[in-house]
Order: sequence, then structure tokens, then C-alpha cells
Amino acid sequence: MTIVEVKQEEAKKNIAAQGTRILVCAGTGCVACGALEIIEEFKKKGLDASTIQSDKMTVVPTGCHGFCEQGVLILIPDLGINYVKVQKEDVDEIIDSVKTGVPVERLLYVDKDTGEKIQKREEINFYKKQNRTALGNVGKINAEEINDAIAFRGYEALEKVLTKMTPDEVIKEVTDSGLRGRGGGGFPTGKKWFFTRAAQGDKKYVVCNADEGDPGAFMDGSLMEGDPHRLLEGMAIAAYAIGADEAYIYVRAEYPLSIRRLRIAIKQAEENGFLGKNILGTGFNFEIHIKEGAGAFVCGEETALIASIEGERGMPRSKPPFPANKGLFGKPTLINNVETYGNVPGILLNGASWFAAFGTDNSKGTKTFSLTGDINNTGLIEVPMGITLREIIYDIGGGLRGGKKFKAAQIGGPSGGCLTEEHLDMPMDYDNLTKAGAMVGSGGLVIMNEDTCIVEIARFFASFTQRESCGKCVPCREGTKQMLAILEKIVAGKGEMEDLDVLEDLAIAVKDGSLCGLGKTAPNPVLSTLKYFRDEYIAHIKDKKCPAGVCTAMKKIVITDKCIGCTKCARTCPVAAITGNVKEQHVIDQDKCIKCEACIGVCPVKAIIKE
Amino acid sequence: MSSTDIAKVDFDKVNEIILSCGPKKSNVIAILQKIQEEFRYLPEDALTYIGTKIEGLSPATVYGVATFYNQFSLDPKGKYIIRVCDGTACHVRGSMPLLTALKAKLNLKEGKFTTDDMMFTVEIVSCLGACSLSPVIVVNGKVYPKMTTDALKIVVDTLLKQERGE
Repeated sequence: MTIVEVKQEEAKKNIAAQGTRILVCAGTGCVACGALEIIEEFKKKGLDASTIQSDKMTVVPTGCHGFCEQGVLILIPDLGINYVKVQKEDVDEIIDSVKTGVPVERLLYVDKDTGEKIQKREEINFYKKQNRTALGNVGKINAEEINDAIAFRGYEALEKVLTKMTPDEVIKEVTDSGLRGRGGGGFPTGKKWFFTRAAQGDKKYVVCNADEGDPGAFMDGSLMEGDPHRLLEGMAIAAYAIGADEAYIYVRAEYPLSIRRLRIAIKQAEENGFLGKNILGTGFNFEIHIKEGAGAFVCGEETALIASIEGERGMPRSKPPFPANKGLFGKPTLINNVETYGNVPGILLNGASWFAAFGTDNSKGTKTFSLTGDINNTGLIEVPMGITLREIIYDIGGGLRGGKKFKAAQIGGPSGGCLTEEHLDMPMDYDNLTKAGAMVGSGGLVIMNEDTCIVEIARFFASFTQRESCGKCVPCREGTKQMLAILEKIVAGKGEMEDLDVLEDLAIAVKDGSLCGLGKTAPNPVLSTLKYFRDEYIAHIKDKKCPAGVCTAMKKIVITDKCIGCTKCARTCPVAAITGNVKEQHVIDQDKCIKCEACIGVCPVKAIIKE
Repeated sequence: MSSTDIAKVDFDKVNEIILSCGPKKSNVIAILQKIQEEFRYLPEDALTYIGTKIEGLSPATVYGVATFYNQFSLDPKGKYIIRVCDGTACHVRGSMPLLTALKAKLNLKEGKFTTDDMMFTVEIVSCLGACSLSPVIVVNGKVYPKMTTDALKIVVDTLLKQERGE
């Protein structure tokens, strides 16, 4: 038996000795809903992975289960029971249910259409159409215990690669799989590896881009939190393939949990001989460092990221030379994102054809998305490339919240574009999305309903990219500023029709003239909303109306005669703009009103309306 | 730079931080992060000191790095840092009304983000990765999901009560 096989055998025994595993989601979302308190409660009852129990059950904190909307989530795989919206008061009943095998009815997921209670996770619509491969172990294992990762085939691919394959064979396998960069650009991963291997240099680096800056995306964070070993393994395989012995993971500072878990994982991997000197006795050396970002979106751009690792202002450099030839500290550097590396072990373990069986002609494999916004089932999903937006929104996402009408989906964040009703049935892959003026980007997918003002969203993204523009090149620095100024003018009800032409010209100039990806893609939200929602821009300009009733300059909040004078609104108003006597109709002082709509939410008789 | 500022900076501590991270140019971001953690902001004197202490750096380059990244602040921050997430998911679910209400509650006028008593600092951040639970706010690292203006007031009032020892 090989070294990893022996360890795997032992790890499986350890897991079997834990008895029934109660998997509690401890991803960022569920932690915010009290997952840690639940785990504490289980521990108080004596259930702890470190002290194996005679009751034959163990509580295991895991990474993200995906269905964040229903958090805190608990899965008991041995019994096929899935619990949702768990609170710490439920712990006793859950323990009883493990003993008796009878599920706690009230903690089961209820299908909102049929009203049926569903016990098995795989029968819930949210999970049915998903295919977790890169995230395969996320939610199954304790991310802080390498034993768990090993039992679920962790480091098996690394051993296979180091003992049975040449670097060229590894690169060929990755190339044949059709894997493309999951960070946004979609560059063929095998090709990138090939170029970096071919580059001349005595020292080479592997870098992982974990600077998931797209607001509204958390897939990479979930992978690092839930299965950090897969990332480390993918990076080690890449290092072997290109001939590197040192690596950096650049993680954004907003992800403290990812950073903590990665540090633990690196230490445990070193102790087990999967990282460090003479890995698995093959003579291959490889060490990984963590670099924390400091909050700059532009550092997601590879050359800016490299500058930041070097301790400089994170400004992009012109390409060529590409990082493959001259990257970190001037040495050939391979740089891929978290999910890309996360796909590597599976490809090497199961073969290129296994991976290529998922997806479409030019976009192979699966893709993770973070599904958020005005949708019923928010969460983290992994689906085959080529799935349609309709399947994501209505089958997995359970439709729009409150039965509202779908208006648009913003994909790829501030670098992406919006998709509309006409794209609902388009297979989503790299090429189709680019054609539609959007991009896969990192995979943030924000669903918006009819109450969203699309012009305001364009302004929101423009303000984001303007703020994050590093200022190095003129088109991006000045262009994003002027685009924002025009959008602000329109949103404020002061736009003129010529503004639209100037806006469009500017957007094209910024797209064509900018140095790096940030500037080249910053106009995408503007261009795509102008293309699909021009009417709405015109309504703001000509009619001075915001059709969605969002833009404050054009909004007036008034209290109708339905008012019963309960004074709730007056007490809620943060700026004391509402006055009136008890049991009499109240009025809003329009000069004071900040249009925060807090009053609308508290009115018991819906007497307050937007005009 | 005022003289009181100089008195506040504990250079032994700064030295200790530089040594613990390694006095190398590529570690400057990590050093600044630790200094900010220690002092709750980046005192200008500390920046100048780092710039002269580490080879390959100058006070100007350190200042350049410190002003480039959003995480760094050259102004002292409050005891409680309330970060309002304005990522896309939070934005479409109403993060801006939350911010307005919060600033009104803390009596922070336009352009002001720290209360006079140095108790609260309000920050707008671009995404905290808890998008499924939007809108969220984070107070000194603790995430509060699915916030409403009412819940926000309760959070602030609870902190104020804590401070008064109630």
C-alpha cells in the first residue's frame, strides 16, 4: 500500500469510530445565524469530534452546505436526514432523533409549492440540479481536521501525480479536460500551465488568487473555509507540473475565517508530509505562504496582485511580459484562482474525460455561483456549465421572493453585465455570456426583481469601479469618474438625452483604452443596461420618473388617509420628519424626509406609499 | 503631526511588530495590518519609522501603500467598528437605508464616520461574503444577518448599554 492509501485506511477507521456524524454547517452564513452556539450546545452534551462517544455520535463542524437561506443547516448522512433553520434549543431533540432514527418533523425542509416535508437533502429542489465536484467535500468534512480530508480522498491525486506521472503528462491531462480559468477571463488552464513550464528560469512561483473582490460573490471563500486541503493539493499538483517549489495564496482580508482555516490546513499538511521538503518521499519540495490583502478590488487583477505580494501599491503592470514569463519577483509565475485549483485534484484522480463530460463544447466542467438577491433560495451552488438561467432561478432558486416578476440578473459583478428575460433559456457558458455582453466573472449571480431600478444599479457599479480604480491609466481613472458623474446626474433627475450618447461613447473608450481588466470591464454594466433597459434611462431623463420607484430624487413618500394615527411611523422615523396627533392622520415633512422607507415597513395598515 | 501624536506611538511595539513579520519590503502590508490592529489606526510617525527602518523602503513608499488600500486608516477609529456591507446583494436588499438610519442614530453628519466620543466608527465595505443573508452589518467581527433599521437600533442600543455597564 502507498503512503496515502495507508493514511486513508486509518482516516476511514477514525471516521467510522465516530459513529453517526452530525454535520453542522459552519460557513460564514450559518455562523451568522448561530452555528457556533449550536456546536457549543452539542459539545456540552458531550458530543465532540475530539472525544469519541459511547453513544456513537459525533458533531462535526463543516464548511458551507450551500442552502444559506435555510441556515443553520444540519445533515446526518448515515440517517439521510437534513435539518433546516436549526437553533440551539433544538439540540436535545436532534440527539434523540439520532438515537431513535425518527426525524424531528418540525426541522425538516418544507417545499413551499407542495407544502410537503422533505427529509432527504437530495430530494430538495435546491440540490436536485446541482453537481458538486470542486465543492465535493465542502460540507462533508471538518475543514480543520486533515483526517477528514484524507478519508474523503484528499491528497490521493497528489500522490498519483508525484509517483506515476511526468509534469508533461499532468499538463496534458489538464489541457484535455478543457478546464478554463474560473476567475473571470476563462483562459484555458492547461495552456497557462504549459507556458509557465516552458518559461526559462531557475525559480518559478505558483500563486493562488483568492482575492474574491466581486461584491456579491463568496464561492472561493466557501471553498477555502470548507475544504482548504483541496486548494493546497491543486496548487501542489500545479507546482509539480510547472517546476515550482514555492507558492503564495493571496487572500482578501475580509475573509478571516478562510485565512485561519488555510493556516491550519497548511500546518497539518506539512505535518503529514504533503507539503514541505521531500513530499511523500519523492524528492519534490513545495511550500505555501499566505498573503493577506488589504482591501483593494484591483488586486484581483493578476499583475496588481503580484505587485501587492511584493509589498507595493496594488497597481497593474502592462502585459506583455505575462506573469508566465515575468511575474512575482520577476520570475515565471503561474497564477490561477481558487476554484480553478479546486478542480485540479478531481481531474487528475478521475481523468480528463470525466471532467469533460460535464458542460458544453467550449466550457467544460461545473461552475460555482453564489445565488443572491431577490430570490427565495439564496446560497452557494455548483452546476454544470451550460445550465440555463431559468433552471437556476426557478428550479434551484425557487423563483423570486414574494412572487415578484424577474427583471434582470447581474452576473460577474461590477465587471459583468445584466441578463434579462430574453436570456432565460440561453445555456450559460463562457462564450454565450460574453456574446450577451456579460461574463462568467467569478460567479456572483444577483437576481433582481421589478422593484430594482436598473439605472441606479448601473450607478452603483460605476461608483464601485470608480472608487476602486487605481488611477494608473487615464481612460479608467478619468473615464470611470465621468461615467459616474453622468449616471449620478440621471439618477438625480437632471439628465439630458445627449448624456446617453456621451455615456455610451465614454464606456466604449474606457473599455478599449484601459490598461487592465478592471478598466476594460468596468463599462460592462453600463453598456449592457443601456442595451437592454434604455427605456428606463429615458424615463429618468424625459419623464423625470424612476419606474421602479427607487431613485430618491424622484421619489416622494406620503401618508394616505388610510392612516389610523397609531404613531408607529413617527416613532420609527430616524430624522423626525413625521408629525401628527394620536388617532389622526400623520404627515411627512418632505424637506426633512431622507426617503429611507423605514416608516413604510412599520405601518400596520399600509397607509404610507411611494409616489 | 502633533506632539501628542508622537507621545502616543510606542516605538518598541512598532519594532516588535516589524521583527515579528520580518523586516522585508514584501512584508510591509502585513506590518501595517499589525500596527493598525495594535493602535486601531496608522499613526504617521509609525509609517515614517517603518520607511527608514526597512531596506528598499522610504517614508513616501510606505505612505503610498498605507493610502492605497481601503483597509488602512490614518485617522483613529472608534472602539466599535460598524461595517455596513454595500455589496451588490446587500445593496439590492436595502443597505443604503440602513446606513442612513445608522448615521442618524449615531448623529454622524455628512462626511463624518466616527463619533466624537470615539465609541463608534461606521464603515461602508464592498462585500463580506455573507450575501445570502443580506443585508448584513458587522460589528467588531460579529456578523448580524438580515438587518432591518429597527434591529440596527437595537444593536446600537445594546452596545451603548453595555458601555454604561447596565
